[in-house]
Amino acid sequence: MYSRAYKTIVSAPPLLWVALFLLLPYALMFAHSLWAVQDGALVHHWNLANYKKLLTNPLYAEVLFRTMRIAVSVMLCSLLLGYPLAYYLSFHSGPRKELLYQLVIVPLWVSYLVRGYAWKTILGSEGVLNGFLQYAHITQAPVSFLLYSPFAVVLMLTHIYTPFVFLPIYASLEHIPRPLVEASQDLGASPASTFLRVILPLSMPGLLAGATFAFVLSLGDFLAPLLVGGSSGTMIANIVQTLFGATYDWPLGAAISVCILLITLSLLFITERLEKRWSFK
Amino acid sequence: MSSAAISQPVLVDADAPLLEVRSVAKRFGARDVLKNISLNIASGEFLTLLGESGSGKTTLLRLIAGFEPPTAGEIWMSGERLDTLPPYKRRVNTVFQNYALFPHLNVRENVAYGLRVQGSPKKEIAGRVHDALKMVKMVEFAGARPSRLSGGQQQRVALARALVNRPQLLLLDEPLSALDANLRKQMQSELKALQREIGITFLFVTHDQEEAMALSDRIALLKDGALEQVAPAREIYAHPATAYTAQFIGQTNLLRGEIRRGIATCGALRWPLEEADGAVRFSLRPETIRLSPEGKRQTYEVKFRATVRQQIYGGASELLEVDCGAGQLLRVRLPACGPLTGEHDFVFSIADAIRVAD
Repeated sequence: MYSRAYKTIVSAPPLLWVALFLLLPYALMFAHSLWAVQDGALVHHWNLANYKKLLTNPLYAEVLFRTMRIAVSVMLCSLLLGYPLAYYLSFHSGPRKELLYQLVIVPLWVSYLVRGYAWKTILGSEGVLNGFLQYAHITQAPVSFLLYSPFAVVLMLTHIYTPFVFLPIYASLEHIPRPLVEASQDLGASPASTFLRVILPLSMPGLLAGATFAFVLSLGDFLAPLLVGGSSGTMIANIVQTLFGATYDWPLGAAISVCILLITLSLLFITERLEKRWSFK
Repeated sequence: MSSAAISQPVLVDADAPLLEVRSVAKRFGARDVLKNISLNIASGEFLTLLGESGSGKTTLLRLIAGFEPPTAGEIWMSGERLDTLPPYKRRVNTVFQNYALFPHLNVRENVAYGLRVQGSPKKEIAGRVHDALKMVKMVEFAGARPSRLSGGQQQRVALARALVNRPQLLLLDEPLSALDANLRKQMQSELKALQREIGITFLFVTHDQEEAMALSDRIALLKDGALEQVAPAREIYAHPATAYTAQFIGQTNLLRGEIRRGIATCGALRWPLEEADGAVRFSLRPETIRLSPEGKRQTYEVKFRATVRQQIYGGASELLEVDCGAGQLLRVRLPACGPLTGEHDFVFSIADAIRVAD
């Protein structure tokens, strides 16, 4: 058994870290959301006006709903891309498995910003895609809906977060004992039926983890809307950023952040319960 | 005869084998795992594929189940070609080595799986699942998840899950190897009783020769991907065709010697044998050698004098190692005989020295 002193020494640094860099900032953020700004200066005057503003001004609700719509779209798109990819790699890629796995992982090494600018180059009116469309005489003039739209944001975020969705799904598929698949076929289930009755349920924890990644990361993203979103693709994090960086309304920005945090936490709570329900060890 | 044939929807010749393995070979890369295997299994038979690990016995089972395609040859079942069908279209079910129960389904759902995917009516499923669980004495565990069950219980569920589909042929891949010795013995007798009761053909894979002898109607012994001998358990023990078979199934003394002018000579042992001259090998089971009664020797017997080197007490019987001179050691199994030392006369019948191929 370890001595008390040893336990204290070992557990102190992480606890201190969590307290200093997580709990304290959250407490500060929560406190800010209950303060106010007067004549451009922060005053420690406790009130709920910031939350009232969020509820009464339709702009905030609209942007929040758009943000959630985008996050859900990104989640669905990256699941639709990531799951089949993970399934193929895990079950049917044979000796090319390692290589393909690396190919999926490689984009993670490339800077987020570089990938963002790449999409700008592809989607812009002078961009690669429009150039091709006009060259092929599919369109006569540059198509403008490609860039600076929620579509562009979903596209870019899907590209960035698909590997994050792929990884947990791939891990859970790799953990399915192959005799279970054989047993299912042995009992008369076709490959499609085997997938629905055995593989999909057993990969549910990975699928839930991947979906949560994509949704939560998209929900808080502000770079993609900044780079390719335009005004119609503005997301809630952009508003927070503006409130903190440009208009210096920290209390309102903090109130929005608290709301996002609550949404995220309740979502994590739900998925954790679901993951427990779908794990069978 | 004719009326019986008319009432049967499937017209199968009663003597025709249920399963025919015709010149099947399997190659993985550069390795020949199975070489030209031909084997018939009769309906209702309990046949065991016996062999060391790497002998190809599990591969043969997987070819029949459909998890691997054969490299050459054909497999037929009740007049229908089997090896071209995917596994889910074969009327064959498997009990897997580590049971392969679905962890996300409870015992009842596991057993119902095969009937469900084939779209049997709900009412029928419930009845048949209940009967299958009753047959393996697992009714009270119907609602439990497999992870809550012991190895023996999982084994029973796996058996019920396969049998509930009423397969023509049940494949069992070392199903008892994960169980401890006592449970194993118990499951062996249950399995044998079950097979007699339901009359389904069993193809059983094991590396344990005792288990093979205890269970099987016939044993097919595999060595390096080829069939060494296929025979009923008693026959394969009493008349092994090769030195490998004699050694692998039970204990034996392998004697190397020669025949010259009607006399077989193996070291210190000599007996008359009217066969062509040449080098020979014999298998002489330890229990066929007895202590010689004073003075007497029948003409069909071989008598020799040997020194007891070692004696291992085994309860009902004792195993001796005796030296017949010049370092030629023989193993002798005697009924409990008390401590023996020094020189003694031993005897065996000439007919018990079985000539075996190399």
